[in-house]
Amino acid sequence: MNAAQPAQAFAIPLDSLELGKRAHIQSIDWAALEESAARRLRQFGFDEGVTIEALHLGPFGRDPLAVRVGRMTVAIRRAHARAVHVVPIAK
Amino acid sequence: MNPQPLIAVVGNPNAGKSALFNALTGARQKVGNYPGVTVERHVGRAILPSGAPAELIDLPGSYGLDPNSPDEAVTRDVLLGRQQGERLPDALLIVLDASNLDNHLRFALQLIALGRPTVVALNMVDLAKRDGLELDAAKLEAELGVPVIETVAVRRRGISDLLGRLESELGHQRAVHGKDLPPPDLIHLQKRAREVAEAAILRETPVRRITHRLDAVLLHPVAGPIILAAVLFIMFQAVFAWATVPADALDAGITSLGNIVGNALAAGVLKSLVVDGVFAGVGAVIVFLPQILILFLFILVLEATGYLVRAAFLMDKLMHSAGLSGRAFIPLLSSFACAVPGIMATRTIDDPKDRLTTILVAPLMTCSARLPVYTLIIAAFIPNRAVGPGIGLQGLVMFLLYIGGIAGALLAAWALRRSVVKGRGGAFMMELPKYQMPRLVDIALGLYQRALIFLKRAGTIILGTTIVLWALASFPQAGPGQKQSEVSIAGYIGSAIHKVVAPIGFNQDISLALLPTMAAREVAVSAIGTVYALDASDEGQLTSLEDRLASRWSLATALAYLVWFIFAPQCISTIAVTRRETNSWKWTGFMVGYLFVLAYAAAGLTYWTAVAFGLG
Repeated sequence: MNAAQPAQAFAIPLDSLELGKRAHIQSIDWAALEESAARRLRQFGFDEGVTIEALHLGPFGRDPLAVRVGRMTVAIRRAHARAVHVVPIAK
Repeated sequence: MNPQPLIAVVGNPNAGKSALFNALTGARQKVGNYPGVTVERHVGRAILPSGAPAELIDLPGSYGLDPNSPDEAVTRDVLLGRQQGERLPDALLIVLDASNLDNHLRFALQLIALGRPTVVALNMVDLAKRDGLELDAAKLEAELGVPVIETVAVRRRGISDLLGRLESELGHQRAVHGKDLPPPDLIHLQKRAREVAEAAILRETPVRRITHRLDAVLLHPVAGPIILAAVLFIMFQAVFAWATVPADALDAGITSLGNIVGNALAAGVLKSLVVDGVFAGVGAVIVFLPQILILFLFILVLEATGYLVRAAFLMDKLMHSAGLSGRAFIPLLSSFACAVPGIMATRTIDDPKDRLTTILVAPLMTCSARLPVYTLIIAAFIPNRAVGPGIGLQGLVMFLLYIGGIAGALLAAWALRRSVVKGRGGAFMMELPKYQMPRLVDIALGLYQRALIFLKRAGTIILGTTIVLWALASFPQAGPGQKQSEVSIAGYIGSAIHKVVAPIGFNQDISLALLPTMAAREVAVSAIGTVYALDASDEGQLTSLEDRLASRWSLATALAYLVWFIFAPQCISTIAVTRRETNSWKWTGFMVGYLFVLAYAAAGLTYWTAVAFGLG
């Protein structure tokens, strides 16, 4: 588990973020990702503090996820989304 | 004389780079390949305001100078002057998507730091406005320190400004920050990118974006797959229905041209080579051009609108369970027309193992070359009766053959990922770009380039193998009372093949046709026809071919032959393109081997089962 997590509570893995909800990325468990996946996420703009919104789920097995990160919409698999910890923004 | 200045067009994927490249160069462009890697090289010529020409090179879209795929490695290497066969660009044209500034600026900042003469195209400003963004190009220019021109590539807005600025920048060397790669301090870059974007964005009005509303329907868990299925259905309908008229016209044209040329030549070896070899062989392949172009029309339009990425998103989970990724969906879809463009389309798959697996199973998709064979055998052996309301038995068999191919591909992928291509599955990470209206000129250019690649192949690989096969079938020539199909080298090879395939129910005729069929599957029809016709009379071979088949083959043999065609890699072009794309004879040999083993086993099982049920 990430050390930063207990301090700010309510962080959930990105793959449990409700559709249509926005959240801030609190931490990303880079070590849990293979190098190429980590690099791609960084290039997509995944970073601590960035606003993210869950948009769509794949029709089969609710995988992959489509999320809006910054101004971009990207598709990632659930397995990778689990490494991203987010704090939902209260409406 | 100085060589023309080389300008590299570079930017993130989906920045509208290729549309801008097309607008700058028009039809004056060439598609080639970088040596040693399977990355397409697009070059074109633009005319600068002074009238001097400049060479433009459209580099593969990239997220940064730390490559994730062979495409991105080429982009980096060209920019740093390390790419074999490419000189260091004299200037950079950075393409930015105006509505995605924060993200695209990160790469742009890296590029500007290279210190080359640079102009930034702030592209798709119209779409940014649609999204409620108001930008200040002058502020962006001040922040970046290089000229920024607003453009709408698809409407050719800003193009002449862009060319003017490029020409004046070409002379100015900027302060070079060192020849080597600046350390990619991503966190710092990201921060700076956000600052620059914030400075350049004047106002942002939240609007419900069109893309968002379309995705709500097209990516809907229920509606999405239904719409995708409908799109695919229309596409296949079009490929097989619309292509008939132009394909028949092409066929007739090639035949009559062959006759004209044939009549002009004296009877003999040369005439036989030209008519039986070149026209019959290459012609048999060229008639597939309409089908391939219609399929590519759909694929190019769907790709340009942004829908194809959504299709990959919808299909990723299913593909993943077979050991593939959603990105394999597009190549496999193309393979229904022809495995050659399908295998070439695997270049967009980042993960090398995902890509290899996709290449290895692509030939299992029922390509259009199998259709003539299926049609002939089904017409000869499967009774034309209904098995249900609106369902004919013949159509059902055809459908089962398609399903057989798809199921075979998924099972093969699954097995391959657990044996020879073992390893962790690659990631599925894709940007879902904004929906856009495709531009007619871009589609037409894409189609033209595909047609050219296909015809070039027909004129080289296919022509060459056709001539070899013709020679094998024509020599030594039959004396009086001998059959050409038996005395020729191909005949001897056919007899040898027969010993191998006799256990799975293949007769001498099929065995003779197997070797020429290696050129292309549809050759089977003419080859079997030739076996029956060449030896005796020439007349009415196609009208009576079905009857002749029905009287000489058992149903078990016919079924085994159909099943054989689901798997057998009988297509020299596919084998050649596999060799080129995998850059390995080992993997090419493996593919050919495993497909033949599968074909043999499946045909055998079919034959023995049918015989057991008394159909032998």
